[in-house]
Amino acid sequence: MNNCKTMPEAKRLETLDYSILQQCMHCGMCLPTCPTYDETGLERNSPRGRISLMRAIADGQLELTPAFGEEMYYCLGCLACTTACPAGVDYADLFENARADIEDAQILDTKERRFWRWLAVKTIFMRPRLLRAIGRVMWLYQSSGLQALLRRIGAFRLLPRNLRELEPMAPRIQRSFSDGLIAREEVPAEPPRFRVGMLTGCVQDLAFSDVNRDTVDVLLANGCSVVTPRCQACCGSLHGHNGETALAEELARRAIDQFDLDEVDAIISNAGGCGSHLKHYGRLLKNDPDYAAKAAIWDSKLKDIHEWLDEIGLAPPPALPEPMTVTYHDSCHLCHGQGVSRQPRDLLKAVPNLTLKPLAESSWCCGSAGVYNITQPEQAGKLQKRKVANILQTAAPNVATANPGCHLQLQTGLRIEGSDTIVHHPVSILARAYRNR
Amino acid sequence: MKPETIERLRSLLAPARVLTSKEDLIPYGFDGTAVLQQLPACVVFPVDTQEVSAVVELANADDVPIVTRGSGTGLSGGSVPISDCIVLCLLRMNRILEVDTDNLTLLAETGTITKSIEDGALAEGLFYPPDPSSLKVSTIGGNVANNSGGLRGLKYGVTRDYVMGMEVVLPDGEIAWLGNKCVKDVAGYSLKDLFVGSEGTLGIITKVLLKLVPLPPARRTLLATYSTLEAGAETVSSIIAEKIIPCTLEFLDQTTLRCVEEFAKIGLPTEATSLLLMETDGHSAVVAEEAAKMEAIARRHGAIEVRVARDGLEAAELATARRSAFSALARVRPTTILEDVTVPRSRLAEMVRFVEDAAARHKVKVANFGHMGDGNLHPTFLTNEKDPEEMHRVELAMDEIFDFTIELGGTITGEHGVGLAKKKHLPAQFRDASYPLLKRIKGALDPKNLFNPGKIFDLQAASVSNEQLQNDA
Repeated sequence: MNNCKTMPEAKRLETLDYSILQQCMHCGMCLPTCPTYDETGLERNSPRGRISLMRAIADGQLELTPAFGEEMYYCLGCLACTTACPAGVDYADLFENARADIEDAQILDTKERRFWRWLAVKTIFMRPRLLRAIGRVMWLYQSSGLQALLRRIGAFRLLPRNLRELEPMAPRIQRSFSDGLIAREEVPAEPPRFRVGMLTGCVQDLAFSDVNRDTVDVLLANGCSVVTPRCQACCGSLHGHNGETALAEELARRAIDQFDLDEVDAIISNAGGCGSHLKHYGRLLKNDPDYAAKAAIWDSKLKDIHEWLDEIGLAPPPALPEPMTVTYHDSCHLCHGQGVSRQPRDLLKAVPNLTLKPLAESSWCCGSAGVYNITQPEQAGKLQKRKVANILQTAAPNVATANPGCHLQLQTGLRIEGSDTIVHHPVSILARAYRNR
Repeated sequence: MKPETIERLRSLLAPARVLTSKEDLIPYGFDGTAVLQQLPACVVFPVDTQEVSAVVELANADDVPIVTRGSGTGLSGGSVPISDCIVLCLLRMNRILEVDTDNLTLLAETGTITKSIEDGALAEGLFYPPDPSSLKVSTIGGNVANNSGGLRGLKYGVTRDYVMGMEVVLPDGEIAWLGNKCVKDVAGYSLKDLFVGSEGTLGIITKVLLKLVPLPPARRTLLATYSTLEAGAETVSSIIAEKIIPCTLEFLDQTTLRCVEEFAKIGLPTEATSLLLMETDGHSAVVAEEAAKMEAIARRHGAIEVRVARDGLEAAELATARRSAFSALARVRPTTILEDVTVPRSRLAEMVRFVEDAAARHKVKVANFGHMGDGNLHPTFLTNEKDPEEMHRVELAMDEIFDFTIELGGTITGEHGVGLAKKKHLPAQFRDASYPLLKRIKGALDPKNLFNPGKIFDLQAASVSNEQLQNDA
């Protein structure tokens, strides 16, 4: 109806186990927790509204239309609805299937969109060496003074508006990446209690390799020997969340192949967004006869760092060298995607000399949401402002969060407000305490 | 609907406040009720009473039906659209206009979320007691139009008991103010009471004046578990017989208990057959005494365990968990059909047993929970709308439950309203001149039958039948 081309097929939504869609009984309990519904007050921008559209497609009452496609990309995928849903609807699964249908049917296709998706999703984030080479170039550009010079002379005014707005959001690249900071295998001073695998991530590795180092230090301090495979690729969450299921599957297989799963007690992720995807390789590879069983074992061993430390019992950290007041922002995919919200707070509270201040709306999305701040800058900006206002309200000079996307989003947002509040990963604070022995 | 009508709506409001695309309308095709579904012709969002009135005048001129809607959390299909209608959504009218601490009243626009009303009162040290389980989502307008109850009905009553006045737009577009801030007022008919629970069939309530009460200084929450369904019911009867009126006496059966625990993960004892959630509030000395008495009564009736909530936080956690009961039950089967039959309290145990037996007779799965203290039960059928044979058996069991309720002197709906879901059973409850009286009132106020037609009952001229509204899937 929307165009004269052959009707696009919604293969996944139409063949999805219908009971997953029926699980939503549209009670509306999700409404007050959805940031986009909160913004517009329109049902189609709400979780139950989006599910009703997916159901209409599955029922053949609606076609895959561009408006449907735009709606699914207006959704942050923050999964606050999943936490709120008493019925236990697996929104992440529905949402990823919907986006995959949208990409397969190319209903949002434009030349520009195709180019950026090819460059980022299909190329750079599929090739870890290329990604790191780009990171190296960015580091040179940032540390050589070229970036500062271009900023000073206002060269970015020449860029098109969307690129101009993106430039200040570009992460500050680290001098050394994880492979330079972490040995392939590290063992604690005393005999190890556990042996764990360490995931270094992709953006995390470029922008926060120090957090990876801190994570390994904290694991060592807690009696874990740590295996860290070299030159790790993206976990595929970017691909999974953006409708590139086949690429996500490929990256999942590669990630699994890096480890001998029998040899490790756990595989550790320190990035909320990645962890939430990494824990569902089983679902992703369920139809792959060679990997289905391995992926199920992988899922059972995949632990967020806070979750793992909580499980094995945190070795009491020494006091911080100086008093520190911190507030904590929940990464959506850590708290809503993985149900991990108590543990990071408990870890922080366990650090002597640290005061944890509660943050209003701590589990409300900051607007980073993967690449949402690039694809939907306006809505992302509103959420960023709201988050920063809440952080400033606490008057804490430090904010902790456990996801690189949130970390960057908060850094940028705080800078825009002229605040010098510092953003940390909780693990970095813990590592600082352990170093103060 | 004529394209001109849409055009005129657009120029009346603003184009952005008139939705007509399929993607925009599908999410307004249902409310919180299972199975019922129908697309409207458009959805409009007025921002003030004048706009509501203007939309109504226009609809009246063009003979277009209007279905009023808040957040769409209704449980009887009351806000499910009818074919080719205007859905008038009041969510943009969401301001608290006044909290009068001298007269203990609160004036709000009806699109205000119930929780905001509660919070607005709390900010002044006052209390708005009605607390339907959807209070974080539902609007006060929806509560008034359905006369919603909640967990505190036993002691504090229902929404009607707090409505002192309202502004209402009548089916011809005229605006009327009903009621006032006076505690006593017998001037003329109590017209505001006509609109409480009228389910959008008589007028569109745009503002509401609510009574507030002082915030009780203390409260205590207790949790008792039992190995039989009856023991819980007997505890409730004994508490009432000992002349204690706690604010809450909620009951959950094992199926409900397990679903709630799976969602809330607060350590509810899932091995228990039934659970009673009790809360008393008021002066601290009275609260302490009543809580001790209730605990003793529960133990006397063989409670396996009686737990007292540590603090307000744990009490709130328990109440929140209880409020999730209906939705949490959706974990069991694809379709969750909730009823709210209510019987005189003395007949509760019989009713609970009858529900179990009826489900067994028709081989359908039913979970039961509800407001034990006020006789309001929520037998919930866990079924699959895609299985017509099973749905038929559900219907048979449901019919028996409704008939038995009426036999016990009960009502087919305690707090959800009749809407579409229960209108078939209404004549059995209104057996004398009362049933035609309902229609005469409707006819007098809305002669063209344009306000939420086909809800509560069908008029002869009704343009829509129940069958038409069933989801054909």
